[in-house]
Formats: sequence, C-alpha cells, structure tokens
Amino acid sequence: MSAEIGHFALLLAFAVAVAQFAVPLIGASRGDPALMAFGRAAAGVHGGLILLSFLCLMAAFAGPDFSVALVAEHSHSTQPLIYRLGATWGNHEGSMLLWVLILSTFGALIAGTDSGMRESLRARVLGIQGGIGALFLAFIIFTSNPFKRLFPAPIEGSELNPLLQDPGLILHPPLLYVGYVGFSVAFAFAAAALIEGRADAHWARAVRPWVLLAWTALTAGIAAGSHWAYYTLGWGGWWFWDPVENASLMPWLVGTALLHSVSVLERRGALISWTLLLAILAFTLSLIGTFLVRSGVLTSVHAFAVDPARGIFILGMVVGQTGIAFALFAWRAPHMRSGALFGAVSRESGLVANNILLASAAATVFLGTFYPVLLDVTGGDKVSVGPPYYVITFAPIMAALLLVLAAGPMLRWRRDNWAHLWTRVRRPALVAAIAALVTVLVAGVGKLPVVAGFALAAWVLAGAVAILVHRWRLGSGEGSLVRRLRATPPSVYGLVLGHLGMGILAAGVTAASAFSTDRVATMRPGQSVAIGGVTARLDSVAPVQGPNYQAVRANFTLIHGDHARLIASERRFYPVSGTRTTAAGITDGVFGNTYVAIGDPGDGAPDGALVVRLYDHPLVGWIWAGPMLMALGGLFSLTDRRHRIGAPVRMAATSSSALMPVPA
Amino acid sequence: MKRLIFIVPLVVLAGVIVAFAAGLQRDPSILPSQLLNRPLPVFAKASVQPGQPGFGSTALRGQPALLNVWASWCGACKVEHPELMALSSAGVPIYGLVWKDTAPAAAQVLDTSGNPYRATADDADGRIGIDLGVTGAPETFVVDARGRVRYKQVGPITPEVWATTLSPLLARLRAEA
Amino acid sequence: MVRTALLLLLVVTAPAAAVLPAEQLADPVKEARARAISRDLRCVQCQNQSIDDSDAPIAHDLRVILRERISAGATDAEAQDYIVRRYGSYVLLKPPLEAATLPLWLGPAAIVGLGAVAAFVTIARRRETTPTPLTPAETARVDTLLDP
Repeated sequence: MSAEIGHFALLLAFAVAVAQFAVPLIGASRGDPALMAFGRAAAGVHGGLILLSFLCLMAAFAGPDFSVALVAEHSHSTQPLIYRLGATWGNHEGSMLLWVLILSTFGALIAGTDSGMRESLRARVLGIQGGIGALFLAFIIFTSNPFKRLFPAPIEGSELNPLLQDPGLILHPPLLYVGYVGFSVAFAFAAAALIEGRADAHWARAVRPWVLLAWTALTAGIAAGSHWAYYTLGWGGWWFWDPVENASLMPWLVGTALLHSVSVLERRGALISWTLLLAILAFTLSLIGTFLVRSGVLTSVHAFAVDPARGIFILGMVVGQTGIAFALFAWRAPHMRSGALFGAVSRESGLVANNILLASAAATVFLGTFYPVLLDVTGGDKVSVGPPYYVITFAPIMAALLLVLAAGPMLRWRRDNWAHLWTRVRRPALVAAIAALVTVLVAGVGKLPVVAGFALAAWVLAGAVAILVHRWRLGSGEGSLVRRLRATPPSVYGLVLGHLGMGILAAGVTAASAFSTDRVATMRPGQSVAIGGVTARLDSVAPVQGPNYQAVRANFTLIHGDHARLIASERRFYPVSGTRTTAAGITDGVFGNTYVAIGDPGDGAPDGALVVRLYDHPLVGWIWAGPMLMALGGLFSLTDRRHRIGAPVRMAATSSSALMPVPA
Repeated sequence: MKRLIFIVPLVVLAGVIVAFAAGLQRDPSILPSQLLNRPLPVFAKASVQPGQPGFGSTALRGQPALLNVWASWCGACKVEHPELMALSSAGVPIYGLVWKDTAPAAAQVLDTSGNPYRATADDADGRIGIDLGVTGAPETFVVDARGRVRYKQVGPITPEVWATTLSPLLARLRAEA
Repeated sequence: MVRTALLLLLVVTAPAAAVLPAEQLADPVKEARARAISRDLRCVQCQNQSIDDSDAPIAHDLRVILRERISAGATDAEAQDYIVRRYGSYVLLKPPLEAATLPLWLGPAAIVGLGAVAAFVTIARRRETTPTPLTPAETARVDTLLDP
C-alpha cells in the first residue's frame, strides 16, 4: 500500500510544485501580497509531500517489499538493515527522489524562516525553486518512477551492488546532493535578482548562507567519496579524473569562486553580474554532472543505469533552466551596474584573481571532460583525456591559486599597496622558502613540482596562521588573549580553517603523488615483504563468514622498528549477486598509510599462496583531512550570526552597493 | 559592444547542448579500427576442430568475406550465431577467429549449435586479436577481395545490422572486385 | 552521484587490480619503465582505467606484450607505439599534440590569459572614470565657495 501512497504523494507534489512556480512569480510582478504568501504555503506542502513519498520508499526498502520493482532490484533479505535503507538512494530512481527531497526541504526552509527577506525576492526565489522542482518531478514521474510494482512479486530480491554496501553510501551521496541542490538555491536567487533587476548587499546576505551550506556539503561529500574509493577499490587510488568525478569537481570549483565573490558583493557591492553568472553556472554544472552520469554520453568507470531517453530529458531541463537564466542574464545584466570601485592592489583584486583562477580551473576540467565528445561529434578522431593531461594543465592553475590564496586575506579592502602587502606576507614567504629548501635537501633539486608543492603548502598554511596572529595582535593592550580569541568572529575562523585545509590538501597531494611506492608479491603465511620502511608479515589466512558474504581473511603484522601493528585484508564473495570485493587492510597514520590488499586464493598464485599488493602512501590522509577542515571552516562560518540561514538580512545596504534600476 | 559580452554564456550553452545532443546518438565505447583500408595482419593458425583445416590471412582474398572474432565464453556471440548460420547458408563466406578460448570448448559449440564458418583459426593467446585491434568479442571485419579491411562491426551481427550496413557494403565490394 | 555510480562496471572489471607477480620483469629498471608506460595507456575494454590499474584479461595481455617489447630492446616510444598502431591514439591517456587537439592543450592557458586581460582592462578603465582627487588649491576654493 505504501508504494501507492508514495506515488500519489509524488503526483500531488508535482501539481503543488507547478502552482508554487506560477502563483508567487505572478504575485511578485503584480505586488500582490496574497499571491506571494501562497508561495510560502505551497513550498511547505511541496516539502511535506515529498518527505512522505521518500519515507514510503524507505519503508518499502526496510520491509523489504519485493513487490516494488526498485526494491527487488536493489535489496535482499540478507542485506543488513542499514544498507537496505541506504539502498533507497543507491540507485537511479531513489537518488532522484533524494534530490527532490533536499530541493523541496530547502524550499520549505526558505519559506518557513522569518529572515526579514524582501517578500518579493522570497516569492520569486520560491517560484523558481518550484519550477525546478516541477521539472525534476516530471523527470521522475515520466522516466524514472521508483514505485513501479512487480506482478507477481518475487519472493526474494537481488542485492544492492556489494561495493555500495559500505558506510560511504550513507554519507557520500546525501552530502553531494545537499551540495548540488544547495546551488539550486543560489541559482534561484540569481534568477530572482535578474527578474527584479537588483542584486545588492541585502541579496548577497540572503544568499550567502546557502552558498556556504552547499559548498560545505559538497566539499565533505567529495572528500568522503574519494576516501570511499580509496579503501574499497583495492588499489589505493584517491582521484581518477574520471568524468563522473570531474562532474562533482566543476561545481565545487565554481562554487568556491561564488563563495568568494558573494562576499565581495556583500561587503563592497562589486562584481554583481559576475556573481550572478557564477550562481547560475554552479547549478548548471551540477545538472550537467547528473546528465553525464545517467545519459551514456561519456564512458566512465562509474556507469550508472545508462539511458539516452533520460539523457534527452535532462538535457531539456538544462535548456529550460540554464537557458532561461542565461537569456535573462543577457537581457537584464547589462543594466545592472556595480557601483563600487577598487584599486588594482586591493582585497577585491585579490578575490578577482581567485575567481579567474578558479573559473579557469573549472573550464579546464570541462574542456578535458568534454573535448572528446566535441571532437567525436565534429567527425574528428577518438581521443582520451586522462590524468597526465590534468597534471600538465590543471595543476599549474591550482599552484597559481595557492600563491594568491595566502596573500589575498592580507590585503586591505578598496585600496592597498605592494609595500604594505610585503610587510604582511614576509613571514609566510620565509616559511615557504624554508620548506622549499628542506624539500630540495631531502628529495633533490630535480623534482621541481614537488619542491613547488611543499613550498606552496607551507606558504598557505603559514599565511592562514598569520591572519589569526595579526588579528589577535591588533587588539593587543585591551583584554586578555582569551578575550581576543572570543572576540574574533566565527567567519574569520571559518576563513582560516578553509585556507589551512587547502594547505594540508596541497601537502597531501604532493607527497602522495610523488613518494608513493607499491609492490606486488606472492606470499605464503610466515613470509615477509618490505614496503616503505615497514616489514609486512603474512601471519595467517582463514575463511570468515559475514552477514551476507563469505570471505578469506589474511592477517598481517606490520613491523616498523620496535612497533608492530596488526591489519587484515579480506577478499569477499557475495553469493547472491556472485560478485567479489576487496577489503583492504590500512594503517591510518598522520605521516602516511600502509595499504595491503589480497587477491583471490589461487588467482595468479600457486596453491596455498596469495597475491598481495602492498602500498606505501605518505601523507595520503591529509588529502581527506584537508577538505574536512575546509568543511569545518564552512560550518564555523555558518554559525556566524550574519551568515546563519534565516538570519535577519534587513541590515541596510550600503550606499556603495546601490544599483541602477532597470528601465521598465 | 558591452552588451555582447553578456550574451556569451547563452551562446556557449547553446553550443554545448548541441554537442551533447549529438553525442547522445553515439556510443562512446566503440573504437574505430586502425586497420581500415589496410591489409589484414599476416597470420596462419590451426583449426579448433581436430582434423579440419585452419586458415590464415591469405584465405580472405579473392572475394569479399567476413572475419568473425568469437569465443565460447562470449554471450553476445551466441546472440549472433543464428544470424551467422543464416548468412552462411545464403553463401556468405565467413571465417571464424576463436579468440582467447580453448579449442575443445569452441569445437563443442560448433558441434552442438552448427558451424557457420568456412574455416576456424585458434587464437588461444589472443595475439592475433591484438594485432587486429580487437577490444572484445564479438567483432566482425569486412575484408575486400584484395584482403584489405573495409569495415569493423563491434558487437553482434543482428538482422538489422546485416540489412542496413553489412549487406549493402558486401554488395559494393563484390561490384568493386 | 559520483561514486555511487560506483562501478557497476568495476564489479566486473576491478577489484583484484592489475599487475600480477608472474608478469613482472626481473630487471627492476625495465619493470619500472613498463609500469610507467602502462600507466598512460588506456584499457580498451574497461575504459577510463589505465592498463596498469585494470584486471581485464586484455589489459593483462597488453601489459605482457609491453614487457616483451621492452625485454626485446624496444625504447619506451617504440613499445608504446606498438600498441598505438593497433588501437589508435585513443589509448593514449595523454592525447598527442596535433591540430585537432590544439584547443584542448592551449585552451586552459588561453582562458587564464583572457580572464587576466579582461580583469586588468575592467579595473584600469574603471579607474579612469574615477574623478581625480582635487589639488589642495582646488579644495581650498571649493571650501570658500561652499562656506562663505
């Protein structure tokens, strides 16, 4: 019964979404308060209906109710409950339902919080959110109905892909979706601003928490996905430059640019049309990411249920949403003027440099991802664009970004000069020089990228620390250090954490790329292999029974000097789907990981022996610790009173951000 | 002039959409053959069936023929098998390269479901397949009377593929020869 | 859905990844060369993985062929070319620089350059429209005019 309720709720939600789209937009253009208020009510109902629908699907999975086709395809009674629940979004249809659930929840939040946002702005934002919701609901209802029944119902289902039966499934997709969908709010704000013909500090203050939230979730989501791949795929890779990964990286890069440009708009009333463009782009790239995965236009190791019909529908949505937004942009944006001026050396200029580099990085990823498609449809050769391309093109842009990153926050708003900047970056520059020197001594002069990588990481870390030191010194004389620590607003801590995270990420990527080593060996119990200064001894091999799999577990002792650690790697067999997975044995250390993965007994090795792959990954943990710190910084900023979702945004706009009204 | 800049995003988007829409019509996993309009690499191998003659690259000369790469472990090969049987009895010369398989397993398939091939060649280690640029089974090369590769079909030969692509091509090659 | 997409294909092709002990060359220098080449060659069956990462049978065959070439004295370029001749430049994860890939290789630098120029022009032009500050003499005159 619950499937029918869920399906019916979905259909109702579609009708409500259409109303949410049309009524408040008309209301706002007529200035009719009743019609505008309708948008808030509709957004609440819309959110409630989709929540009901989602819970119905979850209940079907929890059951498990195999008369629902989706459940029968992705669930099995031996599957642990947590993965039966996770399977709700571990498939195309359910993940789209999760997408609209987050979308409509955000809509309800915008409607429900008393933020003092201009009613006309709120009505327009809700209207556009309703429009996006209606399109996605139509997509689900017409091409990807999750509630389809099977008759006769099978007694047992086929299980969820075993690689997905992992805590990563509980974390990664929802975080990523909060990120993608969060950018839809920024998109709706941008489109509303274009319709209204004004984007001022009031607007920036209202949209900034959403951008922050989306960025924070996306940062954490990408890191979670990368870590998940690292430990499940059994060969220790953390980023593959696969189209599907690029699809999440592009919105992140543009979203990061947006996060910074919104702050310029909020503080100084500059970069208005650029900010609107970024807001539209961040969501568009999220949409194109969806298109990529589900359409079959590119080959990816992450092949989803590929269906060109869905691809055409999603393409239609891109045309319908981004096309209209860009048309609005072409029509309205030329009439919007940014009032604030700034000098060539100023905080604003630093942020402009940040934006150019981030946008170029995103464009590079876009080019690398889609150039093969472009060349193919224009009748050219088939080419592949793989990791070596990005090392040559993307890495230098990111290096330039790191260079700007440490100096930017030290610049004064409006107007500054080089001499002043130098007095403030002197110490971080010294730290960077020392880091470069040490790297040369350890690794040799020949490895320029490595030297640059560590020097830049040190430069960024020292620069972030210098911000805090400078801030605390400013108040010297008045009050204790503790008081000064307290007086520093959370958003400053957010900035510092974000930049520290970037430095840590840079160090981790540099070390893991340059100094990782691996070995593959045939081992019998009792034998040892040396890897990265550690000796790994295979102690025993034994069968293990899991809840829904059988495994062979190999126990290792890692000996490093006087220390010994025990780790185990498993090779699992899931009889229901007949698939095999590897569970790697990993020592998570601050300075690096030792990673051990076994092959199937008898596969490539004589009787009684195992093929064992051993990896030494220096500083690899920093690759995920860095983004987690960035996400933590995002959370800190969100707690800042000014950036809290629903925080009063009435605070008057400064005169410098006044806009020229659009001629009627 | 200044207004034009604001139209750029719209124009770029239009281009991207057109490219994607065109991309949807294509299968990105199919690779073009490097052998197009070039002679087959030289090989000669024994048959998978004991006592039967094998064949080599020179066998595919004199008249247009099909070189079908298959294996007993390949599911899609079973899909195209009835079509190959029909073509064979209609007189189309088909040669079977048995790719990365064991001879007895392949011979058993021919014994139980019929043999559409003029001759078979046993490429157990897959080296001929690699020389041919084979990425998976089944693949079928259309070879002209002079022994040059003129087309590569990736995936099973369905009646539709035969009617729309291979049959007209073979007719043209026969006219050439 | 990045990694949830996770790998319907990988289920078939991945987990017990890559190079097996029996494939390796005894000479560590040659083995390292073979690894380096195979890391930049795309697996033709599983797509988007290098033949070094893939455990698809054909990736195994290609790795073995690469090592045979290297053992037979081929240079890195010759060994790589052996495979490119059979499968096309498609297998190169680093696309060759040629007319058709010029936009791909020059694009990133061009975009950064264009962005920088656009920003400079915008900032410089705006500065011109800012009124130049008054000289002290002019300020004094304004003061007298406004404040008689």
